[in-house]
Amino acid sequence: MRNALFLLLLLAVAAVPGSVYPQRSADPNGVKEFFDREPEFARVLDGLQLFDVYTSAWFSAIYILLFVSLVGCVVPRTKVHFDAMRAKPVKTPTNLKRMTIHAELAGDPELAIQKAQKVLKSMRYKTQVQGNSVSSEKGYLKETGNLVFHFSLVGVLIAVGVGGGLSFNGQRVLVEGETFVNNLASYDSFSPGPLFDESKLLPFSLTLDDFSVLYDLNNRANIGQPIDFIATVTTTAGEETKTDEIRVNYPLAAPGVNVFLTGNGFAPVITVRDGNGDVAYSGPVIFLPQDSNMTSLGVIKAPDANPDQIGIIAFFYPTAGELDNGAYTSIYPDPLSPLLTMNVYKGDLGLDSGIPRNVYALDTASLETLASREGPNDPIMLTVGESKDLPGGLGSVSFDGLLRFASIDFAYNPGGVWVLLFSLLALGSLTLSLLWPRRRVWVRVNQDGVIEMAALAKGDDQRLEQATTEIRKRLEKEIA
Amino acid sequence: MTPTIVLNEPLSQVSLLFVSSAMAFIAVALLLFSFQLVQLSKIEGAVPVSKLEKIGFVILIFGTIVLGIGVVLRGVAAGRVPWANMYEFAISTAFLILLIYLSAMKIKDLRFIATFISGFVLVTLFASVSLFYVEVQTMMPALQSYWLVIHVVVAILATGFFTVAAGLHIAYLVKASNRAKNLMDRFPSLEILERLAYRFNVVGFVQWSFTLIAGAIWAERAWHRYWGWDTKEVWTFIIWTLYAGYLHAMATRGWNGKRAAWLGLIAFLAVIFNFTIVNLFFKGLHVYSGL
Repeated sequence: MRNALFLLLLLAVAAVPGSVYPQRSADPNGVKEFFDREPEFARVLDGLQLFDVYTSAWFSAIYILLFVSLVGCVVPRTKVHFDAMRAKPVKTPTNLKRMTIHAELAGDPELAIQKAQKVLKSMRYKTQVQGNSVSSEKGYLKETGNLVFHFSLVGVLIAVGVGGGLSFNGQRVLVEGETFVNNLASYDSFSPGPLFDESKLLPFSLTLDDFSVLYDLNNRANIGQPIDFIATVTTTAGEETKTDEIRVNYPLAAPGVNVFLTGNGFAPVITVRDGNGDVAYSGPVIFLPQDSNMTSLGVIKAPDANPDQIGIIAFFYPTAGELDNGAYTSIYPDPLSPLLTMNVYKGDLGLDSGIPRNVYALDTASLETLASREGPNDPIMLTVGESKDLPGGLGSVSFDGLLRFASIDFAYNPGGVWVLLFSLLALGSLTLSLLWPRRRVWVRVNQDGVIEMAALAKGDDQRLEQATTEIRKRLEKEIA
Repeated sequence: MTPTIVLNEPLSQVSLLFVSSAMAFIAVALLLFSFQLVQLSKIEGAVPVSKLEKIGFVILIFGTIVLGIGVVLRGVAAGRVPWANMYEFAISTAFLILLIYLSAMKIKDLRFIATFISGFVLVTLFASVSLFYVEVQTMMPALQSYWLVIHVVVAILATGFFTVAAGLHIAYLVKASNRAKNLMDRFPSLEILERLAYRFNVVGFVQWSFTLIAGAIWAERAWHRYWGWDTKEVWTFIIWTLYAGYLHAMATRGWNGKRAAWLGLIAFLAVIFNFTIVNLFFKGLHVYSGL
């Protein structure tokens, strides 16, 4: 018990730093920012595994020790308990006056023992007549509950471990109209557990038919607050095709995986033509939202454009509003008057060197600026359907239409249901162990004819007095 | 399809008025209870039945009813359960603490911690009205789930039980330290204080375990994993572990009594820390304070 207590407190303290420092598992960006802000300190923390507290050697050591001590304590207790359940009630103590409850009963001492056993039996006590006394006991479920609770915790731990090992989760950004086919190459990012096997990916395809956002239009103070995100998707698995909605809190069960909606934004459809008039880029571009009114930032790279490669950093304003300084911002998240503004660059985009580049960023350091707020030309401004020439005979760009995209998460964890089952078992048995009373009751007829009754509870027992009063009343009635 | 709920800020202001009035009642009750304690510490011998205390309880019950109306009106104004942001959570918790305390008095005499309970509730209400108040707002999609009802209401209940237990721990520790002897002689024995605190903590612990499980089920639905060591999850875990430690201490020779009482109190401080500091200053997914 002392070990368990010590390790529990140690575990509580050890969990604290994980809430103070960003964790790679929950907030990888926060870790990156920490490294940028304080690289020296971050390296020290990283050396102590403080960015991975819950998988760190020291945290693991504590909970493994805790579970070792738990098993070491509970297994012998199980045997003791098993024996106790089959054993006879304890020997009646010599001095009953020292028990929590002690009383002298009125009635016929001749009948007392026989009737006491009858009354106690009817109240589901295990009884034994020991000469001039009856010894009885009930409430073995208390210890059973306690033991089952501790074993359930072991079950939770194993289910978490094995489930985590077999699990995977992957992300994919889908523009309206696009289809995802379930195989490793289709995911934008994919993190499998160590026991994951590719054959776990069952064949199905999922098309994002439509993505819509409902805004609050009734409450003046909340105009423009999103109240629902709805992704309408069609899934095809084998012969079967069906259409469903995915909403926040309401994932879709696809074959072998649950599908969640985790983010959304705009994907303007843009066509870039190069100096020769050939199409250098055409299609929807993912724009990442920058604020709550969905001012969004997107990057277009056209490395095959001739004579020069074209790079564009574009801003999208679903409902454009002009600021005093001439810049734009979005004043409402729904596309009421959508506007694209573009800074245009030319030069080597660096895509041919074989180094992987972030598709959402453009390094303009080595590029020549052709249009931006700082010159030499004004940024290109486009509304839906418009087309404009790029400066310097670089080509042209058109804003052909507006789509939305949804960030979709695919998660599979076979351990979840087991974790839940063991947790519920733990909760039930915990309640039993804390609230179920375990009592011993004795009745003895002394040589002078005095009938003594005594009771003792194991652990906290709120109703011991009440319960023994009832036994006493029933017994006195029987032997009156 | 989610229908748009029509919010009613004027009604929320009426609710605020009720909450503020309740604060006034509770403040008067607190004064009477404190005065009663001072009186008790002066008197020698038998304790006369105090009118002050009786009046104090009548006012406290009245304050609880007024607060209850305030909480319900807030729910009506927002068109949902009144615990979707920090302000609402705080007033609902304050109300339930009073409700649990007053109901428990039907079974056990707990008058002696009236000062602590009314003081704690008053501080909670003061903080929520002056620091946490936000207008009724449209609920973000992530909170639109029936788990909001189940997960949070049990968390509030658990907090209520832990609060009463904390009051009993404080009474125990003061009595055990032999301070204010004259007053403390009128409190129940150390053994009874310890038993009572244990019972409230046990009920709170079972509820806290349930909240943790319900939260994990909801997290699986909303965030595609049942457990991700989000800061709020971390602190829920820490609190659970601390109370588990307390329960073990109660069953360990040499660790019950004062040490267990300190442990129970530390665990309760973690509950408060989780609600205040973690909500306001720690980065995480449970961003619902609305501030």
